Amino acid sequence: MTAGQLRPETLPEDTRRILEGIEEGRRGALARAITWIENGDPRAAPLLDFLQPRTGQAWRTGITGPPGAGKSTLVDGLTRYWSEQGRKTALLAVDPSSPFSGGALLGDRVRLDRALEQTDVFVRSMANRGSLGGLALATGAAADLLDAFGFEEIVLETVGVGQAEVDIAAAADVTVVVLTPASGDGVQAMKAGLMEVGDVFVVNKADEGGAERLAAELEQMLALRQAQREPDEGPDRQLVPENPRILVASAREGRGIEALAGAIEETRREGMASGRVPALREQRALMRVRRLLAEGLRAAIWENRRLRRGVRKALARGEGPDAFARRLLQAIFNRLDPDEPEEPA
Amino acid sequence: MNAAAPIRVLIGKPGLDGHDRGAKVVAAALRDRGMEVIYTGLHRTPEQIVDAAEQEDVQVIGLSILSGSHMELLPRVRELLVERGLDHVLLIAGGIIPLEDARVLEEQGYARVFGPGTPTAEIVAFIEDHVRSRPRP
Ligand SMILES: Nc1nc2c(ncn2[C@@H]2O[C@H](COP(=O)(O)OP(=O)(O)O)[C@@H](O)[C@H]2O)c(=O)[nH]1
Ligand SMILES: [Mg+2]
Repeated sequence: MTAGQLRPETLPEDTRRILEGIEEGRRGALARAITWIENGDPRAAPLLDFLQPRTGQAWRTGITGPPGAGKSTLVDGLTRYWSEQGRKTALLAVDPSSPFSGGALLGDRVRLDRALEQTDVFVRSMANRGSLGGLALATGAAADLLDAFGFEEIVLETVGVGQAEVDIAAAADVTVVVLTPASGDGVQAMKAGLMEVGDVFVVNKADEGGAERLAAELEQMLALRQAQREPDEGPDRQLVPENPRILVASAREGRGIEALAGAIEETRREGMASGRVPALREQRALMRVRRLLAEGLRAAIWENRRLRRGVRKALARGEGPDAFARRLLQAIFNRLDPDEPEEPA
Repeated sequence: MNAAAPIRVLIGKPGLDGHDRGAKVVAAALRDRGMEVIYTGLHRTPEQIVDAAEQEDVQVIGLSILSGSHMELLPRVRELLVERGLDHVLLIAGGIIPLEDARVLEEQGYARVFGPGTPTAEIVAFIEDHVRSRPRP
């Protein structure tokens, strides 16, 4: 079914109420829809289908880096700056769940003094709930909702420790990596794969000294990487940061915020001119389809009674499990583009 | 609906007092019982607390207040919640609140006002017992 055929009258009453609330710009309705997404509530899916045509207007900025680097403090300054420029701004702040209890302490709001006191930045805290594949799906869908709601700037803050969480920030249009001169953040950045994803590197806590030295180190590391790069890295070449920038900031003192906003703006401009931004957005959709397929196939593989029947029949006619699985895969591959006529097997 | 979804709680510090040790102890206890706890930080206005509760779609708000201005700030939070259509949220408070004020607040819609030194286990149990009977509308 395509978007043009969707009719709100076909939705259940509570889903329609939330959809109308979102259309009227009610933040409570938006918040409830995000809860549905987080909880894997089936009511989220039709809502997303309806709102899909309204997405694509917002800029997404990922902010990642080691815990305590000052990401939230920096986001406080950045979201306030955008708000003051008249940009409708929202933040999704993702933090880990406790592996022991499954609960979480979500404290990013503590740092949002300036943004929350003087502007109406929308802030949603999300716990990763242990499932990191699911987290990427949930944050992606929540960002789509914020986009459809009319936010122009969407910031995704994640802790840059695990690959899955780095990936969430890296799926944005522009990715900002926050580091500090203390405690070997440079080394940690290399280990966590942060050097590969950053469009803008912020050396924060410049008020504590050592920032210039780390900035110079980063400069060298990036230059080295740039020099080692193959002339043609294939179709994914466009996805690699083109021209990483390095900034020094003190989020606590509010220094470097405007420069950060400027660097993000320049990265966007370059990315639009080179075609990288559309490529990134297509990649984001591709990754999302992959994750959804992986989830759906996993469910089908483990739950499908028909599969057992198929295996029984295959065995009965002397087809081994390997040959049967190969044939199944072939059948799925033949349908990867449902709009194209089937390719012969 | 996913019955296993964690309970979401906002822990807020309205007003001017600068002591949040109690609030943090409660927040940690709730997290250890599997709840997702959003902590607002210090010096929030009733408007900011209610904004946060709405955006975070919490089922519970716990306010900690030691400054003595509870009779100005706490009724205002309740008022704003009702105005915004958020009266399904389980509203509780704690800190230094005299018993007679606590009773007044409970008449105004606070589900429970805990006295100083309430064991965290009691607060956890109260939330677990009461939140299930107040589904999100
Ligand atoms: N000295 C200094 N401290 C900062 C700066 N930015 C943040 N901090 C402090 O670093 C700690 C962690 O900050 P936070 O923003 O929560 O970091 P996050 O974990 O990366 O989100 C807090 O105590 C902040 O006050 C800065 O520019 N200079
Ligand atoms: Mg943070």
